[in-house]
Amino acid sequence: MSEAIVSLRGVTKNYTRGKQKIEVLQPLDLSISQGDFLALMGPSGSGKTTLLNLIGGLDQPSSGEVNVGGQRIDQLSSRALAQWRSHHVGFVFQFYNLLGVLSAEKNVELPLLLTSLSKAQRAKHVATALEIVGLADRAKHKPSELSGGQAQRVAIARALVADPTLLVCDEPTGDLDRKTADEILGLLQTLNREHGKTIVMVTHDPKAAEYATHQLHMDKGSLIEQSANT
Amino acid sequence: MKYFPLIWAALGRRKPRTILTGLSIAIAFLLYGMLNAVNIAFNYGAEMSGVDRLVTTGRYSITQILPYGHAHQIRSLPGVSSVAASDWFGGYYQDQRNFFPQFAVEQEEYLGMYPEIVLPEQEKQAFFSTRTGTIVAKTLADRYHWKVGDKIPMQAGIWPLKGGSNVWTFDLVGIFDTANPKDRGQYEMMLIRHDFFDEARQFGTGTAGWYVTKLKNPSAAGTLAKLIDNTFANSPNETRTDTEKAFNQSFMKQLGDIGLIISSILGAVFFTLLFLTGNTMMQSVRERIPELAVLKTLGYTDFLVLALVLGEALLLTLISAVLGLTMATLVLPWLASQLPGLSGLTITLPTIYGALGIAVLLSFVVGLPPALRAMRLNIVDALMGH
Ligand SMILES: Nc1ncnc2c1ncn2[C@@H]1O[C@H](COP(=O)(O)OP(=O)(O)OP(=O)(O)O)[C@@H](O)[C@H]1O
Ligand SMILES: [Mg+2]
Repeated sequence: MSEAIVSLRGVTKNYTRGKQKIEVLQPLDLSISQGDFLALMGPSGSGKTTLLNLIGGLDQPSSGEVNVGGQRIDQLSSRALAQWRSHHVGFVFQFYNLLGVLSAEKNVELPLLLTSLSKAQRAKHVATALEIVGLADRAKHKPSELSGGQAQRVAIARALVADPTLLVCDEPTGDLDRKTADEILGLLQTLNREHGKTIVMVTHDPKAAEYATHQLHMDKGSLIEQSANT
Repeated sequence: MKYFPLIWAALGRRKPRTILTGLSIAIAFLLYGMLNAVNIAFNYGAEMSGVDRLVTTGRYSITQILPYGHAHQIRSLPGVSSVAASDWFGGYYQDQRNFFPQFAVEQEEYLGMYPEIVLPEQEKQAFFSTRTGTIVAKTLADRYHWKVGDKIPMQAGIWPLKGGSNVWTFDLVGIFDTANPKDRGQYEMMLIRHDFFDEARQFGTGTAGWYVTKLKNPSAAGTLAKLIDNTFANSPNETRTDTEKAFNQSFMKQLGDIGLIISSILGAVFFTLLFLTGNTMMQSVRERIPELAVLKTLGYTDFLVLALVLGEALLLTLISAVLGLTMATLVLPWLASQLPGLSGLTITLPTIYGALGIAVLLSFVVGLPPALRAMRLNIVDALMGH
C-alpha cells in the first residue's frame, strides 16, 4: 500500500438548526492511498456529500484533522482554502454545474484563470483536457448544445485541467442513462489507471461502484466497511 | 484583463434585460450631456465677457431707464475711452417663438468697443450711414434666410412707434460674425441704431436702458465703477455699475439658477436609476448563485467574486455612459438649432470626466450590495440549492 494522500482523524461535523444540533458525521477515521479510486456509498442523508466536501476543502469539520496531500486543511482560512482547492482538487457534480453563458473551452479554462499561465499556455492545457475526455470537437459549444454525457465530460475536463492531486465526484452519473454512465465511469477509470489520478466518488449505483478500486459504505454518519474491489 | 470574457459573458446572460438597463442608463447620460452643454453655453457668455467694459444700469433694476445725459457725464470722467447707450428692443420676427435678442445701440461706439464682432468694412459703413439700418448675426441670417438688402419687419414687444404702430421695418445692411466661432452663441443678436430707435419710439425718448463704458485701463475697473455711481448718487436716477462679466452673471441669475435647476433634474434622474439598476443587478446575482458557488468551488476567492460582480456593474455603466454621451453629441446640433443664443453646444472634456466619475460611482452604489452578497455566499449551502 502506497502512502496516504487523504487522511482523516476523528473528524465530526455538526449542524445546528435553531436549538437542535444535528450530528451529521460521527467521529470518523479514513485513509485514502495515492492512486486509489474510492467509491463512497450509502443511503440518502448518511453524510456522503458532507464527507466529500470536507475532503475537497469546501467545508470545515466541527472537530478532527483533515490531511490532504501532506497538508492539514481543516484550519485554513477561507481565502487560503480557496487557493488550496484551485491547486489540489478537481470537482465533478451530478448536474455538471457548467456556466451556461460560456463555451465548453471557456468553462474548462476557468480554473486556469487563477494561475499565472499565459493565454497561449491556457489554450494548450484546455485543448489537452478536452482531448482526454474526447470532446476536442465540441470546444466552441455552449452547455445547452451538449448532451448530458458531453456536459459531464466538459465538467471532468474542467476538473482535470489544473492537474489536481485529487478528483472529487459527487454522483457524477446520477443524472445519466446506463450507457452514458458507463462511458463516464470508463473515462474516470482511465484517468485513474493511466493518468494516476486519485478519485473519490460518491454514488448510489452499485454498478458504478464496481469501476472503483475500493468501496466504502456509510450509514448515519459513520463508515461501515472498507472493501477492495478485485 | 483575463477575467474580461467572464464579466462580459455574465452581462450577456439575459440580453434583453441588460440592454434595457443599459439604455436607461444611457438616456440618463444623454440628458446629463445635453444639460451640461446648455449650462456651459449659458455660463460661457458671462465667462468670456470683456474685462475692459463696464455696464451701468439703474441702481435698483436693469429695467429702470436712465436719462441720456448720463452718457455725456460718464464720457467726461477720467479713464473712460468711450460710452455706448443701449436699449432692449424686445420684439420678435413674424412669430413670438422666433426669439432672439435685439439691441438698440450707439453704433460707432458700440462696434468700437466690441472688436469680437466682425463684418466687412463696407457693411459697417452702411450701418453708420443708414438710420433705419440693422446688422444681424450670421447664424440668424442663415436661420431666417435673410440677405443684405432685405427689409425686415419686426413686431414691437415693448416699444410702439410714434402713432401707435407696432411694426418696425429695418433695412438689413450688414451680416456680422464673431472673430472666434466659439463666441457665436453669445452674439446671436440683431443690432439697430439707438438714434433712430430713440426718435421713432412713442415714449421714453431721451433715455437709455443702460450704458456700456470702455475703459482705457482694465485694472481701473473697480475704481471707475465707483466713480460713475458716485457721480449720480443723490440724483433722481442713481446707478449701479459693474464689469460686464458681473452684469451678465446677475442677468443670468434673474433668468433662474440654471446650474441648480440642471443639478436637480439630473439628481432626480440618477436617483431613480439607482433603484432600477440596483434591482436588476441584485436579481441577476440572485439567479446566478449556483454559478457563483461553482466559481468559489474552483478556488475563486471571496474577494475575486466580489470584484467580478462589481466589474460587471462597472462595465455596464461605463458602456452606457459612453453610449449616452455619443447620443448627446449627435443630438446637440439639433438642440442648438432649437435654442437661439446657444449655438455653441458641445460635449467638453470636463463633461466627459464628470460622466465617467458618475458612472464609476453609480456602479459602486448599485454593484456593491449584490457583490457583497456574492462574496458572502457559502459554497455548501449554495450548491445544495438554498
Ligand atoms: N448545511 C446544512 N445544514 C443542516 N443540515 C445539513 C446541511 N447539509 C447537510 N445537512 C444534513 O446532513 C445530513 C447528511 O447530508 P448529506 O448531503 O451529506 O447526505 P448524502 O449522503 O450526500 O445524501 P444524498 O445521497 O441524498 O445526497 C442530512 O441529514 C442533511 O439534512
Ligand atoms: Mg449527497
